[in-house]
Amino acid sequence: MRFDTPATTNPIDQLKIVGKPVDRIDGPLKTTGTAPYAYERHDVVPNQAYGYVVGSAIAKGRIASIDLSTAQRAPGFLAIVTADNAGRLGRGRFNTARLLGGPDIEHYHQAIALVVAETFEQARAAAQLVRVDYVRTDGMFDLAAAKDSWTPAAGLGAPADPGVGDFAGAFPTAPIQLDAAYTTPDHSHAMMEPHASIAAWEGDSLTVWTSNQMINWTVGDLAQTLGIAREKVRLISPFIGGGFGGKLFLRADALLAALGARAARRPVKVALPRPLMANNTTHRPATIQRIRIGATRDGKITAIGHESWSGDLPGGGPENAVQQTRLLYAGANRMTATRLAILDLPEGNAMRAPGEAPGLMALEIAMDEMAEKLGLDPIEFRVRNDTQVDPENPGRPFSQRQLIECLRTGAERFGWNKRNAQPGRLRDGRWLTGMGVAAGLRNNLLTTSAARVRLDHRGVVTVETDMTDIGTGSYTIIAQTAAEMMGVPLDKVVVRLGDSSFPVSAGSGGQWGANNSTAGVYAACVKLREAVAQKLGFNSADAVFGDGQVRSGNRTVSLAEAAGESGLVAEDAIEYGDLGKQYQQSTFVAHFVEVGVDVATGETHIRRMLAVCAAGRILNPKSARSQVIGAMTMGVGAALMEQLAVDKRRGFFVNHDLAGYEVPVHADIPHQEVIFLDETDPISSPMKAKGVGELGLCGVGAAVANAIYNATGIRVRDYPITLDKLLAGLPEA
Amino acid sequence: MSKVTLTVNGANRELELDTRTTLLDALREHLQLTGTKKGCDHGQCGACTVMVDGQRINSCLTLAVMHEGDEITTIEGLGTPGNLHPMQAAFVKHDGYQCGYCTPGQICSAVAVLNEIKAGIPSHVSADLTVAQQTTAAELRERMSGNICRCGAYSNILDAITEVAGGQT
Ligand code: FES
Ligand code: FES
Repeated sequence: MRFDTPATTNPIDQLKIVGKPVDRIDGPLKTTGTAPYAYERHDVVPNQAYGYVVGSAIAKGRIASIDLSTAQRAPGFLAIVTADNAGRLGRGRFNTARLLGGPDIEHYHQAIALVVAETFEQARAAAQLVRVDYVRTDGMFDLAAAKDSWTPAAGLGAPADPGVGDFAGAFPTAPIQLDAAYTTPDHSHAMMEPHASIAAWEGDSLTVWTSNQMINWTVGDLAQTLGIAREKVRLISPFIGGGFGGKLFLRADALLAALGARAARRPVKVALPRPLMANNTTHRPATIQRIRIGATRDGKITAIGHESWSGDLPGGGPENAVQQTRLLYAGANRMTATRLAILDLPEGNAMRAPGEAPGLMALEIAMDEMAEKLGLDPIEFRVRNDTQVDPENPGRPFSQRQLIECLRTGAERFGWNKRNAQPGRLRDGRWLTGMGVAAGLRNNLLTTSAARVRLDHRGVVTVETDMTDIGTGSYTIIAQTAAEMMGVPLDKVVVRLGDSSFPVSAGSGGQWGANNSTAGVYAACVKLREAVAQKLGFNSADAVFGDGQVRSGNRTVSLAEAAGESGLVAEDAIEYGDLGKQYQQSTFVAHFVEVGVDVATGETHIRRMLAVCAAGRILNPKSARSQVIGAMTMGVGAALMEQLAVDKRRGFFVNHDLAGYEVPVHADIPHQEVIFLDETDPISSPMKAKGVGELGLCGVGAAVANAIYNATGIRVRDYPITLDKLLAGLPEA
Repeated sequence: MSKVTLTVNGANRELELDTRTTLLDALREHLQLTGTKKGCDHGQCGACTVMVDGQRINSCLTLAVMHEGDEITTIEGLGTPGNLHPMQAAFVKHDGYQCGYCTPGQICSAVAVLNEIKAGIPSHVSADLTVAQQTTAAELRERMSGNICRCGAYSNILDAITEVAGGQT
């Protein structure tokens, strides 16, 4: 189905099931421990052996020699894979560093061997017996030091230095100016389920049960890396224990399981040990950002400039932290620039809301600072600089943009009028208290997505698509879509996901999953409705699907009967025309945070949080809300504690486990409120939906930072805002 | 190798194990009870929480052979998809999970936490050690803080536990 004109009324608009806060259909499996994750598939193939990954102990250099003989004599030893014996390996389209290093080493904990043994304990013990002699070479591990050796870098689909007007001329002449630098550190996805795979060969065909967000990308990259035809690779990933961008790509677990299984001549399972994950896999790169804003005295932005520096391995990409600044506020003279330095740290790549998450952490502090300089309420300042069109291209309107409504609704619900504009004035016992606000924007990305739908003789509708559910609720919203379209209750729908033998979907990333994958299911269901009508001799235009039946004129037939013994099947994809070019499609949020800062210790405690989102039709308010509160929680982590500490001499992330890399726990998070504004966006898809999974993270960190400033009067521009950065500025207790 | 007999969810299970096998791996790899999750294998995340003789522990931090004769309750022992334990049902109702990977550990911990409060065991945030402990939000958050949820379902998990505890949600 081609989608190139705005949606009109369609069966989804009935909203009998879509738009309802139904419980997740996979909830009973997840809460009873019966949802099978990758490493747990004892059921799929017998005789599985265990693989254990050996990671490089140096960041850059080469392996001079590797002695496997002791490991090979270890009890239970079956096989070992190294670059020496793995055969010729390619590199996946989405990988920067090779997934099996040696002799050259590109980063710390790059995998250099997989040891396969009968049991996990034996594989782990044998892996410790691999002796490696390295020749270390110098590397660049310090972004601040590498910053000046940058090259201009284009973000995804963006020119390197987009801008309009004359920023260089307009900024210095603006009556009110801000010029400030901000830093965000490297972040780790730290999803709870480690990357894991079980691989089994049958002749030259490979099946991998894995944990992966993007089935189709990863089939392609696994085939390309192994040098086999993609038709020979099957990936199965029905449950994924968190991804956040860390499982978008082929990673070492899947490749090494495949190589290990080939070497051991039996199925092999591999999970990345937790302490290997931060350095072996990808991370969100640190940024250094400079923001300049010039405005008139009445608070109209006349010049806005945002530059960002980040680093990556040779051949890698930048953190596109200036992206939102191109769209979020008005202003005639604009400059954005993305700079990339070469670093020899592990590979940087996408983490939830790549670009916007760190970009808004900086931009939305800058807006708070600018509002203060202007003597304006930070909400009012943002309202004065709203734009309903793409500021770089005013002929291109936003399809929907309710940012002002988000801010106003939130202000009212949060009690913003109780905020004291003078920082450091409110006290509750030992706590200095304050409120902060930030806006967020995240684009709605359109991408082809296909599904197959079957109707059987029991009237059961089965949806098959390679879409994944990484905790986002895909199973449930896809079931809701199919139920609404076919006029059946939810319990008459079966959803099967995450299998490369199913039609190729959008996958899970960039908050594009919900809208695109359900639109693909919509398209397939339209075809299935036509097939039903045609089989019954109904005119498909006036056939009504409801209550498990299809009606036309005075004839009513149950879907079970219509399907008959042989059943009916339809497959289709949603494909997009130019609406994404004609309109800027984005989602918007206003975040409100109240903090208390302990006047003696500088400890920050989040007291209240509210997010108001405008993101098109909300397909399931219950699971969508969970996406948003989860993102708010991650944003608290980014604001207060998350930071991969770089050893700038040895070139690695030091705190590479869940004890050293701190993420929020129960005690850090208060009750969270989320409001979804009533919105449908007929420009986005027949579902009229957009995404929320990343939107929820956009701006939260800055809202926390601004609340801390309001509480203490201390402006911290270097994340995370740990207590050591506050102590010196706190008043006498 | 060493023999060990455990009572797992009420059933006697005899195992012959490499002595290095953790209780977690005995459950997941040998008994194929994969409801108990491995998030870190280092006692840092709580995904592997089970109850041993009624007390919650991180099963990755203990060797199986140390548990001769012990009663182990895992998530599979609490309820089944067709017959959910009240805590499991409350997690579904309040959407107290997203990816589901921390969930069995959260639920086992939550069940044990309510028992700990009932038994009068104080926590770091208990103001008074001499009175009966209360099921307040602060107590629940403190006691649940060994169970990380990177998906960030905390607010909903708290609602679920509070409902089971009989409080207001
Ligand atoms: S797996 Fe045991 S605490 Fe993480
Ligand atoms: S539900 Fe994913 S970690 Fe808790």
